[in-house]
Amino acid sequence: MSDYQVINSRLPRLDAPAKATGRAVFIDDMSFPGMLHAALLQSPLPHAHIVRIDTSKAERLPGVKAVITAKDAGLVRYGVSPARYDETVFCHDRVRYVGDEIAAVAAVDAETAEEAVGLIQVDYEELPAVLTIEAAMAEGAPQLHVEFPRNLSAEVHQEFGNAADALKASDLVKTTTFKNKRQDGAFLEPPGCIAVFDLDGRLTLHSSTQAPHYVQRTVAMVLGLPVGKVRVVKPYVGGGFGIKAAANTGELAACLLARKTGKPVKFNYSREQVFMLCRARHQFVHRMTTGVKKDGTLLALQHECYLDGGAYSSFGIATVYYAGSLLGGPYKLPNMKYDGWRVYTNKPTCGAQRGHGGVAARAAWEQQLDMIAEELGMDPIDLRLKNMMQAGDVTCNDLNMSSLGMRECIEAVRNSSDWASKKGRLPKGKGIGMACGFFVSGAGYPIYRSDTYHCTATVKLAEDGGTVQVYSASAEIGQGSDTAFGMIAAETLGVPLDSVRVMSGDTDFGVDLGAYSSRQTLMTGHAVKEAAEAAKRQVLDALAEELKVPAADMDIREGRIVFKNGPVDFSGIRNRYIKEHRGWSDSPQEDFLTFREASRIAYLAKGTIVGTGKYKPPLLGGKFKGAAVGTSPAYGCSAQVVEVDVDLETGRIVIEKMTDAHDCGRAINRTSVEAQMEGSLAMGMGEALFEEVKFDDRGRVINCDLAEYKLVTALDMPPVEAIIVESDEPNGPFGAKEVGEGAIMPTIPAILNAVYDATGLRIHELPLTSERVQAALKAARAKK
Amino acid sequence: MKQLIRLTVNDREYEVGVDPNTTLVDLLRGHLGLTGTKKGCDLGDCGACTVLLDGKAVNSCLVLAVQAGDRTVQTIEGLETAQGLHPLQQAFIEKGAIQCGFCSSGMILSAKELLDRSPHPAEPEIRRAISGNLCRCTGYQKIIEAIKDAAR
Repeated sequence: MSDYQVINSRLPRLDAPAKATGRAVFIDDMSFPGMLHAALLQSPLPHAHIVRIDTSKAERLPGVKAVITAKDAGLVRYGVSPARYDETVFCHDRVRYVGDEIAAVAAVDAETAEEAVGLIQVDYEELPAVLTIEAAMAEGAPQLHVEFPRNLSAEVHQEFGNAADALKASDLVKTTTFKNKRQDGAFLEPPGCIAVFDLDGRLTLHSSTQAPHYVQRTVAMVLGLPVGKVRVVKPYVGGGFGIKAAANTGELAACLLARKTGKPVKFNYSREQVFMLCRARHQFVHRMTTGVKKDGTLLALQHECYLDGGAYSSFGIATVYYAGSLLGGPYKLPNMKYDGWRVYTNKPTCGAQRGHGGVAARAAWEQQLDMIAEELGMDPIDLRLKNMMQAGDVTCNDLNMSSLGMRECIEAVRNSSDWASKKGRLPKGKGIGMACGFFVSGAGYPIYRSDTYHCTATVKLAEDGGTVQVYSASAEIGQGSDTAFGMIAAETLGVPLDSVRVMSGDTDFGVDLGAYSSRQTLMTGHAVKEAAEAAKRQVLDALAEELKVPAADMDIREGRIVFKNGPVDFSGIRNRYIKEHRGWSDSPQEDFLTFREASRIAYLAKGTIVGTGKYKPPLLGGKFKGAAVGTSPAYGCSAQVVEVDVDLETGRIVIEKMTDAHDCGRAINRTSVEAQMEGSLAMGMGEALFEEVKFDDRGRVINCDLAEYKLVTALDMPPVEAIIVESDEPNGPFGAKEVGEGAIMPTIPAILNAVYDATGLRIHELPLTSERVQAALKAARAKK
Repeated sequence: MKQLIRLTVNDREYEVGVDPNTTLVDLLRGHLGLTGTKKGCDLGDCGACTVLLDGKAVNSCLVLAVQAGDRTVQTIEGLETAQGLHPLQQAFIEKGAIQCGFCSSGMILSAKELLDRSPHPAEPEIRRAISGNLCRCTGYQKIIEAIKDAAR
């Protein structure tokens, strides 16, 4: 059993009671006295010059308090990566997609604000639009941004080893092209915010964000405020999955309107607007050529990728790098060439979504590996095991697999799914497939170039000693990070979890880059652990002074002071504590010295006990251009087996069972780890089978609701067996690393491989709708 | 023109003036301050706003407030009793069925409707009962385990 008192267990989440009873406050549950409501005017055209904006009618509407355009907001360029600051709050000369923001209104209620938006008159001069990668890259295509010619938002050209020579030396060379579709984050809570200026010009932005720190910096930059005058506070957040990891126009508009009116201003995205905000998974087109030796040894991967970026860059530069770099592992691959192009189109902007940049690439390659295994007459699991890296291996693009339970994951799913008795032995229409994947435990570098700590944390002890307060600016968005940090603090200090109170998501609590790139457990976890160690040291030092026992001879476990060399008389401390709390009903009665008494003594000796912690990764990765993207202090990894039933007439796919094993290092909360695995599988399954944001030929999203954009329901989702594999990650707090994103990596290719096993069809385009599968089945029959 | 309606919400009687186009979800959240009911789409697609209307699970964004007149509404705030949390709430907490929590209120109420009419449902029945409640976080696995647990 576990040597730990708190972590590695299945303690219920700290926020679950509030969420189970409707007490948890989300942004739309909040309001302030005198609060105004904002609405946005968004472009109805995919590409046009703005000739004239007339806001006078809107301004005259009773109840309207302010109307703002680029004239008020200014033209400060911002974005996610400083290398591509290509957005302004409002368009002033040109709109680039249906939904591009032109103006905002603040009014006494949301209906009046909406009505006023309808009264703003904009004259457009429509421009030809490019709605596909091909159209955007064509000779003479209309250009979205003059400063980024040929509609190239970013391009990447990397080579490790010599792929061309290695392909020549290969016994088998396989080329395939694969395409996924644009996704929507489809979190249940649409983003929203409330901006409040105080009379000293300090701004507090309450926002449904997963990265308070980045929002703080962007807001400060765009409004021309010192960072110290901007506070971003995150209430409970209803999911993010990457999309809420950067400042959005709604936030910036609310701040500007709050400054102009002097009143608190609220803005909520509607569900339709969530699709126009997008910032979710790109559409990728991957062309991959893999070379292997007869015995299955991987020699080279030559890889080209095109991304349909939409109108602006958002996280896209990182995305196009990740799409290449995340194939460096988990297999030994000595030669890899990657060329990637992210292309601007007149559509909503894509960004980061769970498994950032790597999901479609992984799907394409893992299906191709299965094809190679078949041609070589190998079991696909054997091919993977043959090439598998081990802990300590470094990929050709300099990613260090400091721990890697990949082999254990494969063996776990092989055994649990009964692979050996099913693979190739199932009746027609039934199939089994598997795949692997890995992901970063936190980006090695911040999004802006800086020596900043990636996170800081504070642990403060209440003066009565009873409560441990943990403060960080990290973002609990549903993944369970608050509980994980509470458990890390409790384990470190030696107290039970119910003595710990966790406060997070507020930029006043420190610096934390936020909930993206699966970074918080490892990174914020380190900072919290260091802060708790500092607090513990201060308590033991004060106790040492008081009891004349060396601090090294004492420890704290389960809320009690442990004297390593036999009993110590602590009656003096007990008496003092009881005397100071006369009339209190909870005087310590235990036959041991409690943590409560010890930390009270520390307070009496030194004042409020505060421990601080911080973390930033050491310098990681290679020296080549783009080496930073994909680096991480640690990598999580996983293997999955999926079993499917395909109706050979209609093409309908039913997923019957999913078996997933994930190496998360040391599991901090076992229930939360499984929960991340199960959620990842559901999202991957949705992308594989149903999800696609569709457009008409005028650049409008035609399925901008959750009826026509089809998510997985409880009826679609099969039973999932989630198996936790634990390695001891040397760079993680208590050996912990990621689970939130890596777990999605194998899902799509495992489904593709299972569908092949069931039908004999290799399908290289998502989603696997009944229509697409049926068409493929028909085409295959016609060929025969 | 506002209309005066009477309704019972969580065993308390209310008399409120509402516009004819006010939806039940906006009445609950805005007028009555019962923000435990969530609004995820306002189109009847996501199920986050599910409440029980005369014991039946409905999307409260698709019900006009005036339609709830003279009827009984139960929201997530009405599930606790003096004895504590409802067994479904307890099971959702213990089984890890809650992540972001935005779907939880509606999910728990759909499950309650099911258990009220079918105290020991089989798994397919559970899946059907919550199929109108979307969850993007959990993959439903732990939600289904929690409902099974509460039905025990």
